[in-house]
Amino acid sequence: MPIQYYIALAACLFCIGIIGVLTRRNAIIIFMCIELMLNATNLLLVAFSKMYHGPAFAADATSTAGIDGQLFVFFIMVVAAAEVSVGLAIIVMMYRNVHSVDINFLNRLKN
Amino acid sequence: MGITTILFWFLSALALLSAIMVLASKNPIHSILWLIAVFFAISGHYILLNAQFLAIVNLIVYAGAIMVLFLFVIMLMNLNSHTEPQKNIWMKLAGVISGGILFTILISVIRSSADMVNRTAQLKEGNIGLINTLGKVLFSDYVIPFEISSVLFLSAMVGAVVIGKKN
Repeated sequence: MPIQYYIALAACLFCIGIIGVLTRRNAIIIFMCIELMLNATNLLLVAFSKMYHGPAFAADATSTAGIDGQLFVFFIMVVAAAEVSVGLAIIVMMYRNVHSVDINFLNRLKN
Repeated sequence: MGITTILFWFLSALALLSAIMVLASKNPIHSILWLIAVFFAISGHYILLNAQFLAIVNLIVYAGAIMVLFLFVIMLMNLNSHTEPQKNIWMKLAGVISGGILFTILISVIRSSADMVNRTAQLKEGNIGLINTLGKVLFSDYVIPFEISSVLFLSAMVGAVVIGKKN
């Protein structure tokens, strides 16, 4: 499969995530759109890793070229899991204080 | 047109449609369910690329753990479509236009890059996605980042408990 199709798919998912961050006001939906962007990046990393593995695999079947991309995806997933646990705790804290998850209430740093 | 080509287009269409439905649905619970559909489609892509370990980890960590956490938080807050705050239509339009402009720029860059012409991603063969090969590299070359990520998890756990504690 040509690599450009994978890049286009990942770019499309990433832009959908950006549109979600820009147009929604619910903090949890914005958080989910950030997860969507992280997943688009993961898909692109795996596709690039397989792109570099292809010629090396044809030359030598035991080659591990391109394995770093997949390990990066693994570490991105680890960081995303930690980020979600802290972020959701912050959102719950905010809901407890202002009884809403509307991000427009979070403008106290403006003044 | 082989079976892998058909599967690629089907999974891509499923991912894009579900991602759009995440934004389009008013109810946050429906958004989460559509996001789980996106994660399943992306896991299908990983299996197609023969990255089987990442496919399983994606399902277990993202669709299994993170999305259940989101569902619990939304159900605890009792959010529904009536309490959902809405931006006005011009702000939404501006967001969609700026996202679309970024997408256009990215696509034009991809189309004009000479490096990516005639490069293909290897499908359904290759052994770097198997847990045997990944594990050997993870515990030899990447063992220090792996241990640091365990410290990161510990600090995230302590941080979540401290933030969430009622005072």
